[in-house]
Amino acid sequence: MTSTAAGVDAGPLYRTVRLIRRFEERAIDLVRAGEIVGGIHPYLGQEAIAAGVCAALRPDDLITGTHRGHGHVLAKGADPARMLAELCGRATGLNGGRGGSMHAADFSVGIVGANAIVGAAGSILTGAVWAKRRLGGDQVGVTFFGDGAVNEGMLLEAFNLAALWSVPVVFVCENNGYATTMPVAQAVAGTITGRAEAFGIPAVVVDGQDPQAVRDATRAAVDAARAGGGPRLLECRTYRFDAHHTFEHDVRLDYRDAAEVAQGRSRDPVEIQGARLDPEQRAGIDTEVERVLAEAVEFALASPTPDPADPLAYLYASGLRPRPGSA
Amino acid sequence: MPRLSYLKALNRALGDELARDPSVVVLGEDIRVAASNLTAGLLKKYGPERIIDTPLAEQGFTNFATGAALAGLRPVIEFQIPSLLFLVFEQIANQAHKFSLMTGGQARVPVTYVVTGSGSRSGWAGQHSDHPYGLFAHVGVKTLVPATPADAYGLLLSAVRDDDPVVLFAPAGALGVRADVDPTELAPVPIGTGTVRRPGDDVTVVAVGHLVHDALAAAEELADQVSVEVFDPRSLYPFDIDGLLASVGRTGRLVVVDDSNRSCGIGAEVIASVVERVPLAAPPRRVTRPDGAVLPYAAALDRAVQPGREQLTAAIQLVMKG
Repeated sequence: MTSTAAGVDAGPLYRTVRLIRRFEERAIDLVRAGEIVGGIHPYLGQEAIAAGVCAALRPDDLITGTHRGHGHVLAKGADPARMLAELCGRATGLNGGRGGSMHAADFSVGIVGANAIVGAAGSILTGAVWAKRRLGGDQVGVTFFGDGAVNEGMLLEAFNLAALWSVPVVFVCENNGYATTMPVAQAVAGTITGRAEAFGIPAVVVDGQDPQAVRDATRAAVDAARAGGGPRLLECRTYRFDAHHTFEHDVRLDYRDAAEVAQGRSRDPVEIQGARLDPEQRAGIDTEVERVLAEAVEFALASPTPDPADPLAYLYASGLRPRPGSA
Repeated sequence: MPRLSYLKALNRALGDELARDPSVVVLGEDIRVAASNLTAGLLKKYGPERIIDTPLAEQGFTNFATGAALAGLRPVIEFQIPSLLFLVFEQIANQAHKFSLMTGGQARVPVTYVVTGSGSRSGWAGQHSDHPYGLFAHVGVKTLVPATPADAYGLLLSAVRDDDPVVLFAPAGALGVRADVDPTELAPVPIGTGTVRRPGDDVTVVAVGHLVHDALAAAEELADQVSVEVFDPRSLYPFDIDGLLASVGRTGRLVVVDDSNRSCGIGAEVIASVVERVPLAAPPRRVTRPDGAVLPYAAALDRAVQPGREQLTAAIQLVMKG
């Protein structure tokens, strides 16, 4: 039956969006419980983008993420338990508890790091992919960024370098309508796709709430880039369901009215993808995701915290030890 | 023995590393034609795939080099204008420098930033004449300021081979220095090791970069009055504090001469690091640019802002009285 075939194909994407959704909900609980200090930038509502993009990538392809980056890390294949341990500042975390929410990295699965400086990662990823090519590989790279980043000169410099040197990078803009509280219409002169087109980079607008639409658009972009066609840009239109950052759960910032939020939340990527599955298949995936995340929470909270006697371990790759701050 | 210039020594080091290690690539502005001479002859020998002219996009190509390093290459970036380091301070201090720790040791960023002609080049005025080495030492980026051709060669070799980001300042005032050098004795100079350029008994003068040569000249001028030891740290971060303490432990007096601004400058750090460890016979002195200095254009004003030989001589005489 065709519906079963569609369900089988739709299952992995559904699992990823569901995993990200439930991971973020648990992470918010752990923020409230004081286990995750510093808070997080929830990815709720934008899950289709990470899931769809990473479904079109190979394990050895490279990505960089953002401050709102948990979805990218999970979709690219990092272990949810070690990701959660990182958020909880544990020695078993992806970064040994040295990076946290905004710097999670797992080089073993091509995650060159989330980056907390808006617009910075584009040129880093471009250089990394260029180098992989120089070293004989055929990897492509994806750099995720928000609508706020399109006003950063650094990102536009990356567009130029990638286009000029034909580096196979897919620039993925997650346009959720706001740079923190600044609406796109008040921040972006011209258009986001127009930014790319000015550098000769083909750019398309994608429905960022539909995982399959994102995956299909990414496949086309990745295929073109890998074949030597140079960079591409996808502007994924999406909506952030929750706060810019969990501090907004305590401090109400008045910048989105209730009607707009309700309208935005009406197109839920988990529901859009879930509707493509047989109910039984969907329930099975839900159960499996809950099990994975229950184990992840257990693993994270049972893991040791890093030794405070050595807070600057790894500061220098060469092993140089810095002078202590006293004595 | 053949004469080797400081600039030629840097050029030779870069050429030797390109020959030795295929993962070394050089990026920068106008480097194919070798506008500063650092890359003279390298395009012909290594081709445009490894000697890469960049557009004027310093922030972009500095991060690009970080990414290339994360993926396994060993980029060298040339900056021909020292103040461009202000523009890329975020990319070096906040990105390249932080990757190793933030990723829990998953990543290394072996990028070398060579500043060909730092400090005053006479007549290049306010925005082309800074010496921002103290900023990099402050944030903990390895910071080298060689004074001699042999050290220029040896420190650049060490920088390229190092697994961390390294900034190498080649002061404009040192580029023309020539020395008799036995080519077979050119070798890597370990990062973080200073050296005594001139032994003495009465006072230790710490001189940074091209000022080593001024300090040596001042020491000779004063030789009949005072025995001056000249200590060249070569590396400002990490700093060879043990080497300096050994010197000051003998002389008991300290003067620092440093061609950068006074407040929070490297001179202050050197003095603090010494006086918290050993007692001195007299208050230490530093000779620097003034607080907040912006190098003025007119030649006499440019010179007036830089630490001068007379100021250094006066400082030495002052600490000898104390």
